[in-house]
This record gives sequence, C-alpha cells and structure tokens, in this order.
Amino acid sequence: MITKRIIPCLDVKNGRVVKGVNFLGLADVSSPVSLARFYSDNGADELVFYDITASAEGRALFTDILTETASKVFIPLTVGGGINTLEDFDRVLKCGADKVSVNSGAIKNPDLVLQAAKKYGDQCVVLSADIKRVEGEFRVFAKGGREDTGMEAISWIKRCVSNGAGEIVVNSIDTDGVKRGFDIEMLSAVCDAVSVPVIASGGAGCIEDFVTLFNELPKVDAGLAASIFHFGEVSIKDLKERLKGANINVRI
Amino acid sequence: MIAIIDYGVGNLFSLRSSFESIGADICVTSEPSVIASAERIILPGVGAFEDAARKLRESGLDKVIKDECAKGKPLLGICLGMQLLLERSFEYGEHEGLGLIKGSIRPISDVIDKNLKIPHIGWNALSFGEKKDELFKYINEGDFVYFVHSYYGAECEESVIATTEYSATLTAAVRNKNVCGVQFHPEKSERVGLSILKAFCEI
Repeated sequence: MITKRIIPCLDVKNGRVVKGVNFLGLADVSSPVSLARFYSDNGADELVFYDITASAEGRALFTDILTETASKVFIPLTVGGGINTLEDFDRVLKCGADKVSVNSGAIKNPDLVLQAAKKYGDQCVVLSADIKRVEGEFRVFAKGGREDTGMEAISWIKRCVSNGAGEIVVNSIDTDGVKRGFDIEMLSAVCDAVSVPVIASGGAGCIEDFVTLFNELPKVDAGLAASIFHFGEVSIKDLKERLKGANINVRI
Repeated sequence: MIAIIDYGVGNLFSLRSSFESIGADICVTSEPSVIASAERIILPGVGAFEDAARKLRESGLDKVIKDECAKGKPLLGICLGMQLLLERSFEYGEHEGLGLIKGSIRPISDVIDKNLKIPHIGWNALSFGEKKDELFKYINEGDFVYFVHSYYGAECEESVIATTEYSATLTAAVRNKNVCGVQFHPEKSERVGLSILKAFCEI
C-alpha cells in the first residue's frame, strides 16, 4: 500500500536555507544542496524547495542550486516561491523540479492553476495555501502569510482542485512555528472537501505530532516540516521508525 | 551508449542525471541514426497517451523503436513510456500503442477502491512473484519506488515482472524479451531506482 510521505521543506534565500518562526525572524541554517542530499540519504520521501528571494540575482542563484540538487538527489522535488506565470513553471521544471507549488501567484491569477494543469498535467501543480482563522472562518492569506485575502479557504481550495491542482499543501499560520502539533481541525476540513492528496504543514514540534497527525487523519498523505529537521530536533530515520511502530505505513 | 528518446514530452533532466550518476554513457536524442547506433534505448514520457503516441508516429520514431527492438536491442519504457509499449490505451477514447507488449492501458479507477485517491501518487512497494527478473537483481521484494499514474497496464499478465498493491494489484513493470517497461519513476526512486537502471544497463 502507498506510504505516508515525510517531506522536509527548505526555504532558500540568496542560496542559503532559512526558516522563519511564524514567518518572521529568519535564521540561516545550511547549504541547500548538502542539506537535500543529507535528507535524501536519511529517508526523506520528497523535498520542497521554497524560493523566498526577491531579487533577480537571487533568483538566478536559486535556479543554479536547483539544477545542482536535481543532478545529485533522486527523489521528487517540488519547487515554490515566486511562481506567477507559465514561464515560471517552465523555468523551474527545466532545472529538474517535478512539481511546482503555487500560492500568491494563483491568488493573483486564478487561471494559472488551470493553464499549468493543462500544459504540464494535474500531478505537476501543487496548490499551497497559507490559512488562518479570522472571525470564525478559515481565511486564505497571501504574500507569505502577511495579507488577508478575505477568501474563505475551503471554497478556494475546492476551486483550485476543480481547475486541476493535483495536491494541496495546507499551511496553518495559526500553528506554524508554535511546535505544538499540526492543525488537525483545519486539515480535517480540507480532507473532507477534496479527493486529491493533502500535505500537512505548520506546527510539527516533535515525532509524536506526526503520529497524532496520521492516526487522527488517515486521509492526510504527507507531513511537511522545516526547522525541526534542519536543527536536528527530529531525525527522519527516528521519525519513520516510530511511525512504523505505530502501524503507520512508511518507506524505510 | 544509451539513447534517451526526446520526442517532446516531459523533462528529461532528472532522467539524464540519474544515468550519469551511475556512470552510464548517455545521450538525449531524437535522431534516428543516433538511436540506431545506441546499445540501449530509453523511452520516457509524461502526460497524455494520445498526444505522446501521435508525436512518436509523426516523428517516425515509432518505426525506429520497433526496428531496433526487433533487432534485440534492450529498451526501457518509463511511466507513460511503459504504457506506450502496450497495444492500446483507453485513456480518453481508444488509442493505438507500439504493440511491443501484449495488453491494454486502462484507468485505475476501474479496479481500486472508490475512496482511494487518484492518481496513485507516492512510494509503494514492489512484488516480484515467483521468479525475480534480472532487472531487479540489486533490489529486494518489498523495496519502495515512486509512482505517479492514473492508468495501468491490464491484460498483460504474461509480461508482468513486478506488481504493487493499491487496494488492487497493479502492474508495476513488464518485460517481453529485450523490451522492458516500468510504471514507476526509477529516476525519482533513490537508491532502489538507480539500482534498477544499473541492472538495465547490464541486460
């Protein structure tokens, strides 16, 4: 049977990996290429590279790093950050990305998901949604979680899935960086609404948070995290052993 | 030299890199003479069957592939490249394949539980049955590989060399003499995938 996926996320700025706490206070961690190789060797099922660079020079540096990673690391690679047009899809796919994650780009231009899915296939298009509770509803945020779009999250996700988004990354702003576990309530609402794979993001602080995630929400396909892996608080090997011990199907 | 056939579907960067990482002499080409001079052929592919089959026909590469396979040259089809080896596909209509392997491509929704997600995406385990093919000589029963597909090889029992479980038993790999195909992505399946590519280079 298909296994639950464990996905480290690498936020890359000017060629280095960073991770924000609640998206603020960035701290330098390590080299993206060596970190990607390390994770792949230690059982990561997939990697997400998130480009948080704003400048053109930084962007060029990012594609160099992506190319180098894709020539050395042989697990699926998803790339996000600054994806606003089909040309952006093309740029990162040529450098070896397998899937492309859209967030603010899809909010600005909802047709982007449709166009990209037509051109590259549904399996290539990942919708990443930053979601926060506002006035009793789940609200979609743009620009790295800084801007309330006013859109209700579940209907937004359903709309993107019907346009061809093949996977959804649900990033809870409410739990991100807090390290007290994934946002089960929010994830449950998304899982009930769509039939494409759902990737949980935001809130993992320890191994047990992943056990809770997959036990309480068997429909969740993958758990994504950054800092707990980067800072060595959780090793992917230990995590997978523990999941296996809890009868959760993983690749070891 | 191994020729990866470039017929305008999908990105071949990772595939090329994976062969380079195992030290293979690799060439990405659409040139019939280069394909004819290669020792082995890789037929990649992502996207829709109909579009890919048409591109192979229009470029004349379908004939080149059939001629080279008839000479006994080893070929490995990957993902849609595997599906194209079969006789026909029922993906959005009915379309003719290369017919190098007996069988049809059908939607996995025909056979899997209704509550399971489509595509079948992620890492799943391989089973080899009674006799393990030499393509898998470096790996073990139960090793995991990475799948992304919504259609599968059906009515091809006599060529199946590996399967995977997704509430139903799905074709994971096929072989008819020198013609091999894998539904999964060896170039995205880490050590296990690279070992399969290495074994193919030794067929």
